[in-house]
Amino acid sequence: MGRNKKVKVAKPPFFKVVRRHWMLLLMLMPAIVYVIVFSYIPMTGVVLAFKKYNYNGGIYFSPWNGLNNFKALMISGKLGMVTRNTILYNIVFITMGVILEMGMAILINEIRCKVFKKTAQSFMFLPYFISWVVAGAIVYNVFNFERGVANHIITGLGSEPFDLYNSPGAWPFLLVFLKAWKQTGYGSVVYLAAITSMDQEMFEAASLDGASAWQKIRYLTIPSLIPTMMILVLLAIGNIFRGDFGLFYQTVRSSALLEPVTDVIDTYVFRLLISSGDVGVSAAAGFYQSVLCFITIMCANGLVKKYNPDYALY
Amino acid sequence: MRKSRNIVRTGKKVRLGADVISVNILAYVVVGAFAIVCLVPFYLIIVASFTPETSLIKNGYPIFPTGEFSLESYGLCLKNPVQILWAYGTTMGVTLAGTCLAVIMSTMTGYVLSRKDFPWRNKFAFFFFFTTLFSGGLVPTYMLCIRYLHFKNNYLALILPMMFSVWNMIIAKSFMAGIPDSISESAKMDGANDFLIYVRLILPLSKPLIATLGLFSALAYWNDWYNSMLYITDEEKFMLQYYLQRMLGSAEAMRLVAEKSGMPITTVPLESMKMAMTVIATGPIVLLYPFVQRYFVKGMTIGAVKG
Repeated sequence: MGRNKKVKVAKPPFFKVVRRHWMLLLMLMPAIVYVIVFSYIPMTGVVLAFKKYNYNGGIYFSPWNGLNNFKALMISGKLGMVTRNTILYNIVFITMGVILEMGMAILINEIRCKVFKKTAQSFMFLPYFISWVVAGAIVYNVFNFERGVANHIITGLGSEPFDLYNSPGAWPFLLVFLKAWKQTGYGSVVYLAAITSMDQEMFEAASLDGASAWQKIRYLTIPSLIPTMMILVLLAIGNIFRGDFGLFYQTVRSSALLEPVTDVIDTYVFRLLISSGDVGVSAAAGFYQSVLCFITIMCANGLVKKYNPDYALY
Repeated sequence: MRKSRNIVRTGKKVRLGADVISVNILAYVVVGAFAIVCLVPFYLIIVASFTPETSLIKNGYPIFPTGEFSLESYGLCLKNPVQILWAYGTTMGVTLAGTCLAVIMSTMTGYVLSRKDFPWRNKFAFFFFFTTLFSGGLVPTYMLCIRYLHFKNNYLALILPMMFSVWNMIIAKSFMAGIPDSISESAKMDGANDFLIYVRLILPLSKPLIATLGLFSALAYWNDWYNSMLYITDEEKFMLQYYLQRMLGSAEAMRLVAEKSGMPITTVPLESMKMAMTVIATGPIVLLYPFVQRYFVKGMTIGAVKG
């Protein structure tokens, strides 16, 4: 409109925007109020980690407690263990997730028979549709010591029955399997969508040049999936200090024997809060987790931005 | 891949290469095997739920149907149906209300942020996005909801915590950014306000999006046990999944008590009831799947795009 550059760059005046877009702002209001109440105000609640909580004082008026909550957390000696478990489980989940989901998507894409493809995909989606409670019921059905299907088969083969709830060593495998079982069908759809949106002429050209099916997967499909993978992995890395509460809580069912291999930060915080009712210490553990999460996602995103800005989240 | 199809169409006789065949064999075997692995646990649960209790106690959970078909466990689950009906009612009500609210919230917010003529959209987008980077965590949220929002035994505790998701908002935003601006602009010229444009023009064009977000939300609400566990102690207000969780747990506890006190366990058909209850609690949401599947995959494609 014949204005010079300087005016174009300048911010539109506040009241002008409000007057012109009051309806849009009004439409934003519910979400704004929502995140203030359920996200931003709880963020201020992290002060609990530095307070000696009492009921009358509540979150904001309880007396300060310095770093004593964190000291108590350190003394309990479990923080290192749960942090290690959380990270290790998540690293395995992420790696398994990428390999299985991407691999499954590539293989599904190769299948020509539409009925087979549709049916297989529907079946693979089923586990995503159930809650961890139901998944817990399944674990019970299969691995129950006296009546479980697994022991049915094991004893049928002439071996001794296997008591899962007394074998901490078996749990990492079971938990990784469960996670993959529940997640792969859903996760593969994202990759499949990326594959189908790829330029098909590229594949035809490759075929004409004599590329084999394996070469097309290796040199065309997989490289084109890298951006999608980067975003998903980045998101997952940002949550590397956050355990999947449902998975660990519903399948392990708080067993002290299994704690060293199955306890993650989330279940630990929950237990501290609900069982021992120690608000200050559990808030300290939660604060520790939030800060670690924040730092990791910032670092991950920073690295990706440096390496290739197109893949960064923001 | 395309090549083979073209060959069939043109009718030229070219043999499929060993590479294509080997890829195909691998694909069918791996995908088929994984699909079966996904299905088997459901089959086991269903078979167990139709097996009489006596057989379960004697032989354990069956791998194959035992031949004795029994509806005993379902009968027992429904013998005292008040609690199950309450749980069903609560779950359905919460799922319905929650899903509607969640879809409205995420599409309405997503629409505003997708409007390119709205100068503050990036600022607000970051305002929302920041909540995914840093969170207060369980303890402050819990204390806040219990103390100041009075969530204890309140139905709102089941609906509000999952009503707005930034990820759903981002999906909505990127879907709506694909709707041509000219639609909003021409309606604006005709004097329609932004809310009317959203309701009358944008929403009808966003059916796949609504279906996807609706499914995501419905799934989250139907499968929610966490909020019941945190905030609800009144048995009439339990969600179905939490009811099932309690049943799996308490039945186990009852069994232990029965064993310790030497009472015959067989008087309480716990094992088959657990499985029947699992089927009852899972059924509806799985049955819903075929109807929304085609929207779902479409919507996932949208979700895959960076927000």
